[in-house]
Amino acid sequence: MILRRLAGAGGLPLLVLALGFALALPWLLYPPVATDILCWALFAVALDLLIGYAGLLSFGHAAFWGSSAYATGLIAIHTGLPFPVAVLGGAVLAAVLALPIGFLAVRRTGIYFAMVTLAFAQLVYFTANQWKDVTGGENGLQAIPRKLPGLDLDDAFTFYYAALPLVLAALFAAWRTVRSPFGRVVTAVRDNPDRTRALGYSADRYRLAAFTGSAFLTGVAGGLYAINHRFASLQEVYWTTSGKAVVMVLLGGIGTLWGAVVGAAALVRLEDWLATAGFEQTQVVTGTVFIAVVLLVRRGLWGTAAALARRAMEKTSTPRAELVDDTSIPRKLRA
Amino acid sequence: MTSSTSTHGPPGTARPLLTTHSLTKSFGGFTALGPVDLSVAEGTVHALVGPNGAGKTTLFHLLTGYLRPTTGRIALAGRDGTGRPPERIARLGVARSFQVTSLFATVSAVEHVELALMSGSSLGRAFWRSDRQLARHRSPALDLLDRVGLADWAGEPAGRLPYGRGRALELALALALDPRLLLLDEPTAGMGVEDVERTVELIARIRHGRTVVLVEHNMSVVASLADRVTVLQRGRLLAEGAYDEVRADERVVEAYLGTGHD
Repeated sequence: MILRRLAGAGGLPLLVLALGFALALPWLLYPPVATDILCWALFAVALDLLIGYAGLLSFGHAAFWGSSAYATGLIAIHTGLPFPVAVLGGAVLAAVLALPIGFLAVRRTGIYFAMVTLAFAQLVYFTANQWKDVTGGENGLQAIPRKLPGLDLDDAFTFYYAALPLVLAALFAAWRTVRSPFGRVVTAVRDNPDRTRALGYSADRYRLAAFTGSAFLTGVAGGLYAINHRFASLQEVYWTTSGKAVVMVLLGGIGTLWGAVVGAAALVRLEDWLATAGFEQTQVVTGTVFIAVVLLVRRGLWGTAAALARRAMEKTSTPRAELVDDTSIPRKLRA
Repeated sequence: MTSSTSTHGPPGTARPLLTTHSLTKSFGGFTALGPVDLSVAEGTVHALVGPNGAGKTTLFHLLTGYLRPTTGRIALAGRDGTGRPPERIARLGVARSFQVTSLFATVSAVEHVELALMSGSSLGRAFWRSDRQLARHRSPALDLLDRVGLADWAGEPAGRLPYGRGRALELALALALDPRLLLLDEPTAGMGVEDVERTVELIARIRHGRTVVLVEHNMSVVASLADRVTVLQRGRLLAEGAYDEVRADERVVEAYLGTGHD
């Protein structure tokens, strides 16, 4: 039952296919790149939780990705704890940081929310740059250890499979949150905050909770990224990192979760391919691809594919019966 | 001791459930409302009427927490409701309807009511549970839809409900909160005659055991439902009393028709 719901419109085969793909990835790609895809996919899903379901466009999520990257690195360096513990520590710090930022930011929506989150992220960036004793400033945090008892994680191939369960658990948490009673309230707040308040729900509190949860999952992704690279730098808290995650979500299609995974995988793969081909101006190409997708397929790669598949299925099968049978709430279809 | 649900009595025979003291609201330098001293007796249907721009909507927004008063106080069931946000007002046992039908277009009627019923518990915070948990509210939700005549529309997305049915769903949502005080903002606005009759019947049925404040333009609706009528003009109380008294009041006639009559 839960598997069927997990797979959503695509059914069980899609879920099996996705899992199979995740297991095969380090055979298909250079393993560190495969792990990068895991990290960015989780980052994009965490951001889609906020953009697609809470209706809040954060342009400052690098603050959570980056602060967790630093915290995870510091924990791993100074305590030598197993990497999942360090990553969770980093994620908790990201969530704690999200509370005051979110408290101030959720009072605004739309472009103002984006600007407030960007401003706070820049504040985090400058703090990281100045606080050289802790963050290493321009040099970053280096030689972050990768530890897990019983496994040799110096091998990037092994590390991918050690990181995969953590990412899958976090992705499941995101999926569960979206399809929970809490998720219903959050989407109601997104669609009509005044009406939802009249029912007794505090719009700001639900937005803050969604923001904090999103920051936590972003923190898991950022911490894992630092472990993967054994390095945490200012790049992780820079605004372009926030922008990259937003691009991934829009590329895949907002409000679908699957789309964020597809968008992240596509962008990381494209950048890696361009870099290995010796192409220097990767951002010109990715920017062009982004503009083309936004202009031509507004629902994003996944959103468009899902819409086409749905239309094809409705044509072949008996659509009425399926509609009546589906007791889950009609998910918001973004036009 | 008269029963608190007795009608047409003078103010003060029943305990007031809602009172305002010198309530005012200014926008910039312009005083849109007040000072207003209003007292709504428990168990009554109390109508707020007045010409356009009289301040009815401003008063409604103040009572429901969507506007903060400039000065003055609001007491709800003996508790201070001044300046509380809408969700806190709702938790004091006050439910409101919206003048413009305000629903979630893709969400079905029964899921609307489930969402409203859930607000009484902590289930809405459960991000780790399946949204199928809301099914625990399914049968009370269907009962409520039945009460407002929407039993056949339970699975329909709100965006596809005919206008009058959407308004009925608005009422079902307010009722789902089981409020002591029900604030209805023009419940028959924009309705055809048949829907107006159905809505009046419905309000007459659900008023029992509750206090209702009704902002309404349609005087026949006011006449058939209201125990007391407060007339507002230019942000101030003009007259108050039973419908027949108020209708005979010269100041009220003047306010509605202008000074040209003889």
